[in-house]
Amino acid sequence: MSLDIAIRKTLRSDDRHFELDVTIVSEQRRVVLFGPSGSGKSLTLRAVAGLLTPDAGRVRVDGRVLYDSASRIDLPARLRDVAYVYQDYALFPHLTVAQNIAFGLDRGWLNPRRRQRDARAQRWLDSLELGDVADSYPSRISGGQRQRVALARALATEPRIVVLDEPFAALDPALRGRMRAELLALQQRLDLQLMVITHDPADVEALDGHTFEIRDGRVVGTPAVARSWDDARLS
Amino acid sequence: MGAIWVPLALTLKVALWATAINLVLGVAVAYGLSRWRSPARELVDSILTLPLVLPPTVLGYYLLVLLGRRGVFGAWLDRLGIELVFTWQGAVIASTLVAFPLVQKAARAAFDAVDPQLESAARVLGLREAAVFFRVSLPLAARGITAGALLAFARALGEFGATLMIAGNLPGRTQTLSVAIYAAVQAGDDGTAGIMVAVTSATCVIALLLAGWLAPDHLRRSRP
Repeated sequence: MSLDIAIRKTLRSDDRHFELDVTIVSEQRRVVLFGPSGSGKSLTLRAVAGLLTPDAGRVRVDGRVLYDSASRIDLPARLRDVAYVYQDYALFPHLTVAQNIAFGLDRGWLNPRRRQRDARAQRWLDSLELGDVADSYPSRISGGQRQRVALARALATEPRIVVLDEPFAALDPALRGRMRAELLALQQRLDLQLMVITHDPADVEALDGHTFEIRDGRVVGTPAVARSWDDARLS
Repeated sequence: MGAIWVPLALTLKVALWATAINLVLGVAVAYGLSRWRSPARELVDSILTLPLVLPPTVLGYYLLVLLGRRGVFGAWLDRLGIELVFTWQGAVIASTLVAFPLVQKAARAAFDAVDPQLESAARVLGLREAAVFFRVSLPLAARGITAGALLAFARALGEFGATLMIAGNLPGRTQTLSVAIYAAVQAGDDGTAGIMVAVTSATCVIALLLAGWLAPDHLRRSRP
């Protein structure tokens, strides 16, 4: 079983009370969590990555237990082999593109050197066509290039699963279609385990994976084709 | 000229030591406070800011009570053969205490401004907390910390009250520039006092200009 997630978490703040209770079990390599913002998709992703501790439940990826409240297993984020691609990419602004990609390859106290280039980082630079901007800082490159850097940085550590938080939301519409195709091609070429969250029905359609529709902290269905929120409200 | 060089060299030595100590201490405390989730946090922050508002003579008095030969730590240090009262090391402690909030405040603001998502990203990429600090938090806060350190250096250069209380006014040994200026004026040596005033002012202006140039909002996105 490639993905086995069941988590419960209650969040309380002064005026808000949110209950997350989702179960996601899938054998497919592309899993999509689809739902409006505030539905609990990002919380689920954070729990998989180890950035949020659920109240109870389990998280298993390819049979490996990352979290299990029953047997008190809770691996820290750094040991989970989960790569996280943030919505706004979270590239390190003080490091060049090449340094960003090599970031997770050495886990010591020093950042990768600007002049030295790791062969593995170089391979990712080449395969994602980032060679020309290798020595640029993230603030100086385009949105599409930023996303490729975020992907390369995530993939360079050879993770068991890549989770992507609204990967196309920060891109302009013209670029969105191209990056969807790129991600899909990369997933198929490397046989990556992906978990993508999105609020955009077009993403659901393009990724064509096992889709879970989430609302108010719960899985409400596994639609083959997602309706947009307006359609759903009208019907 | 010796009348100026000796206190100038001593002042620079004391101010550099005080700044170096504060860089380690102030940054460590600031990072701890920035990450500490507790209602007591602001209280601790206020107490640590006290040296900024208390009269330096009051700080000097506290130091004498603590570090003097009959003081709480003083007696203990005395047994180890360490003497801080009327020594340049005592002046370093006075300057460190007075300048501490300047580094701590600047570093705290700089750490608070670091996007927590970047630190999370580093953890997910496999880094331990110490590595996250040295590779992400510290470099991103470095500019703010440096600006604070330069302010602290300028403040330490001009330290008078607390230094006089604990280190005294021993020419060649504990007489820093600001204390020497006071002594020169008292002795009616206006010429020497004037030159020392000019040297101190110029050094402080340079430090402040550098601090302003390194201030976090300036040059933020102009990295090559």
